Amino acid sequence: MGEKYKTGLLGWIDARFPLSKMWNEHLAEYYAPKNFNFWYYFGSLALLVLVMQIFTGIWLTMNYKPDATLAFNSVEYIMRDVNWGWLIRYMHSTGASFFFIVVYLHMFRGLLYGSYKKPRELIWIFGMIIYVCLMAEAFMGYLLPWGQMSYWGAQVIISLFGAIPGIGDALALWIRGDYVIADATLNRFFAFHVIAVPIILLALVVMHILALHEVGSNNPDGVEIKKVKDENGIPKDGIPFHPYYSVKDIVGVAVFLIFFSIVVFFMPEMGGWFLERDNFIPADPLKTPEHIVPLWYFTPFYAVLRAVPDKFLGVVAMGGAIIALFLLPWLDRSPVKSIRYRGVLYKLALAVFVISFIALGYLGTQPATPVLTNFARLFSILYFGFFISLLIIPKFEKTKPVPDRVTS
Amino acid sequence: MMKNLSIVFMLLVSPELALAAGGHGIHLDQANIDPNNKESLQRGARLFVNYCLSCHSAALMRYERMGTDLGIDEKLVSENLMFTGGKVGELMTVATSAQDAKEWFGTVPPDLSVIARARGVDWLYTYLRSFYQDDSRHIGVNNLVFPDVGMPNVLWELQGTQEPVITTVKEADGTELKVVELELVEPGLMSPREFDRAVRDLVNFLDYMGEPAKYERQHLGVKVVLFLLVFLVLAYLLKKEYWRDVH
Repeated sequence: MGEKYKTGLLGWIDARFPLSKMWNEHLAEYYAPKNFNFWYYFGSLALLVLVMQIFTGIWLTMNYKPDATLAFNSVEYIMRDVNWGWLIRYMHSTGASFFFIVVYLHMFRGLLYGSYKKPRELIWIFGMIIYVCLMAEAFMGYLLPWGQMSYWGAQVIISLFGAIPGIGDALALWIRGDYVIADATLNRFFAFHVIAVPIILLALVVMHILALHEVGSNNPDGVEIKKVKDENGIPKDGIPFHPYYSVKDIVGVAVFLIFFSIVVFFMPEMGGWFLERDNFIPADPLKTPEHIVPLWYFTPFYAVLRAVPDKFLGVVAMGGAIIALFLLPWLDRSPVKSIRYRGVLYKLALAVFVISFIALGYLGTQPATPVLTNFARLFSILYFGFFISLLIIPKFEKTKPVPDRVTS
Repeated sequence: MMKNLSIVFMLLVSPELALAAGGHGIHLDQANIDPNNKESLQRGARLFVNYCLSCHSAALMRYERMGTDLGIDEKLVSENLMFTGGKVGELMTVATSAQDAKEWFGTVPPDLSVIARARGVDWLYTYLRSFYQDDSRHIGVNNLVFPDVGMPNVLWELQGTQEPVITTVKEADGTELKVVELELVEPGLMSPREFDRAVRDLVNFLDYMGEPAKYERQHLGVKVVLFLLVFLVLAYLLKKEYWRDVH
């Protein structure tokens, strides 16, 4: 292992392309900590969902018509007349929601074990850009079925750009390509959804993984395994990613696919959370639905937006809620990475943050009544409060001693 | 007897709220459809083509698919369920032009292909049974679930004529509930029990039409999940074998 092939087909390729070298660097001789737990499945699962979305997306594109007069019916044509069309479509629509579930859990893992901290700041930044691209991808994809919720959801979100002083209206007009959401908008969203954003996403995923493999994986103990190596220069707590984690991740894939299949085959609408009822009514620019709700994965930020009385400041707060996540590596200066060895203050702050995020997610799906708006304000303050508390907590925190080696 | 069989609606809190919200405060009856009951679906299809398809299209649905899925012979489909002539492979479109429809009903009747997915079966089941006499309207009827609806009660000859009876009930905590009951004042061709069953059949068919692949989807799903469970066991054993030497 670890050497170039000299003969045969692989020898021929290796003389011309670093195939064995890449295989070894990223799989067979990439040493990952041996103590990965449950939370470490979600990275490979995110990759699985990405590949699934790309393939189902390609097949959907073969029959979908990005035209305001044809789009709605072409989706139903896929559901009825295309062989296995219903399965491909449900895999894609369910995949979108599962992508966010997996990514949110993957990000939460980062918060648990301080995976964003030095030297992994760039991995976190690339990951955050992936997350933002994913939101753009999901948002634009949701317009394509051209149902009522597609249409009015897009109308609401794009009108947010109109809140920017001075250039707002011109900017919103430029994005839509028309005074309302229309055929022009559908066409350009289709272009972005199937070409532009996926290319950027793939590039970012490669960068995310390259950055990870450059510095090595963090682990539930937050210990740098590269600090303790054996005589061959191999980390004592490391095991080759392949075959150890490749076979372990297959178990994760099987469990994931069981949950995924239960939704695809038995509850593809997921009670209106994955496919909304109003989206089975074709887009009608003259009829506003009673209650416009963005899809569940946007609702925490939507709740922050609505919690602020001023529209422009609301947009700023919503943007701030995402930007704050980017800044995590520089806000949290505690040298201790893993929550296992951090003090009670950080544990408390993280718990409050998770509760706030989920509560905001729920509130974003509800009508903005005065009582609920006040709750949204409270949880928005707690959400931002988490980031501010990170600046202060390390000064008072009583951390536990971090071991030299991983614990099992 | 008649009163017991008539439909009871609770307008929660206040009637204004229920009406203002487009009937959202209204208690919906459970449709209790049985998608596996082919006979019910066949009866529903017959009702659909007879009573709905002259104004509403189902332009995403093909006659042929309906026949295949519901176990109706192709010849029977074209003889008994197609009134427009043409080939069985055609879509269930409607001859009425959108412009005429707008003139007659004030609005274009929506396509019903996916209506069950947009409205839900309980809503449809309750709606179709909630028409009542209202002489103040040009079509002579109104609907509890969908106030000021443009559609006349096309099933009236089967159902008969209903009139609303409004009573106020005081709850234990003092809140007043307005209860609207629809009372059958003139019987139709069907008894209320028969009519409920007919509407259930029709809603069952609408639900089928909303997603013709549903049956296939659920049946395939069982096999897929069973396969994955076996695969999980094998994957776990493989993992365990590989990880024996990791300490």
